[in-house]
Amino acid sequence: MSQQTILYDKHVQYGAKIVDFAGWQMPINYGSQMEEHKQVRTDAGMFDVSHMVVLDLEGDNVIDFLKKLLANDVSKVTNSAGKALYSCMLNERGGVIDDLIVYYLNDQWFRMVVNAATRDKDIAWISEQAKGFGVTVKEGTTLAMIAVQGPNAIQKALSVLPESCKSIASELKRFVGQPCGDWFVGRTGYTGEDGFEIMLPETEAADLWDQLAQAGVKPIGLGARDTLRLEAGMNLYGTDMDEDTSPLQAGLGWTLAMNDQRDFIGREALQAEKTAGPAMKFVGLVLQAKGVLRGHQKVLVEGIGEGEITSGTFSPSMGVAIAMARVPAQTAELVQIDMRGKLVDAKVVKLPFVRDGQVCVEI
Amino acid sequence: MSNIPEEMRYTSSHEWVRMNDDGTVSVGITEHAQELLGDIVFVETPEIETEFTAGEACCVVESVKAASDIYMPISGEIVDANPALTDTPEIINSSPYDDGWIFKINPANEDELEGLMDAQAYEDSIEE
Repeated sequence: MSQQTILYDKHVQYGAKIVDFAGWQMPINYGSQMEEHKQVRTDAGMFDVSHMVVLDLEGDNVIDFLKKLLANDVSKVTNSAGKALYSCMLNERGGVIDDLIVYYLNDQWFRMVVNAATRDKDIAWISEQAKGFGVTVKEGTTLAMIAVQGPNAIQKALSVLPESCKSIASELKRFVGQPCGDWFVGRTGYTGEDGFEIMLPETEAADLWDQLAQAGVKPIGLGARDTLRLEAGMNLYGTDMDEDTSPLQAGLGWTLAMNDQRDFIGREALQAEKTAGPAMKFVGLVLQAKGVLRGHQKVLVEGIGEGEITSGTFSPSMGVAIAMARVPAQTAELVQIDMRGKLVDAKVVKLPFVRDGQVCVEI
Repeated sequence: MSNIPEEMRYTSSHEWVRMNDDGTVSVGITEHAQELLGDIVFVETPEIETEFTAGEACCVVESVKAASDIYMPISGEIVDANPALTDTPEIINSSPYDDGWIFKINPANEDELEGLMDAQAYEDSIEE
């Protein structure tokens, strides 16, 4: 049974082509995915991300709980109200149950945002682990979420935010979020551009959508959301990593806090993998020929072995095909991709491809 | 409602076929097909003078979303390919029936055209 977000009628009104995504009827585009992509890189676009799951974690031991639950260390953010932390939540085998963002609000309250596709298993896992800590897990089921992203996103969004949110939002530093009344504004996103993610009561979402549109913020579908995040080198759960993938093999080593003795779920498995040395690593690829890279295409590293593309697409910002891939740790600078039976060259690059509107790799 | 010109013939794999005055036939993909594919970013057109039989995959259209084979609607020899698609593949999105033609065939057997769908039959097929 497919669900609709509170903004579904707006998507239809703005001309969206609707597809099923993780059980939700979501806009894939409102005409052209390429134009929407460029709109976000050069101006401002808005995404309905109300299908994502907001969880409020509350209790006296919530900090200790999150230090156990998450592979990144919330101690990094508990010195600053509203600071956000990106982390993986691991199983005992060191595989990724989900990736998420958690905002520190006070010593008894964190707000977490997890993926829609993993909602049920996430809530079950978190609730199970929370039992011993007396932490309550409450889902924000009546919240909508709109992401406004792009170089002009903040200025345009500020022009329509309610008075009570304006001053708070205008002072947010990057990767910080703050409640304002029953709204919540975070300076976070999934595009590699500056902007806000705004949580607000569902009843007010359609009005905000219209006001943002009037301020020149164009609606952007899930198609462009995927090409934007891929250019930004940001992982997609279920595609780039899953419960059988270690973060060390998904380019997420930077999110693991292992320098002290903190005991978090999955630590032992990661420690063993680190000691042995990971067999695979996660890289960016730029195709050196015409065509489009796609997930699951085989990557051949001459004399060394094989890997696989996890996410691939045509990069609208660069005008060539790009991909994220898991390749043997001893990879070469140039690899071959099996594209429909033909072998073509691709260059191995460091992620991201694009950040703040600028291409960061050599094509 | 998709635009489906009356004067052409169609395949179930969403190619259109136009009979030209010089005896060749032009081939492209329908408006419905380009809508399904989304933004087209690359077209690998077939080599001129190559012969294919009906139903054979002869070239590839790639969109941001997916790669899609284009099938020969009828048997014949490729006599021309649209040079504009090299630098501006997006004309298949903006003008699928005119500027976005993909290749021309010299038919091996014109009777095969009779086996293709007319506009009404194609419309019915995509509504199913």
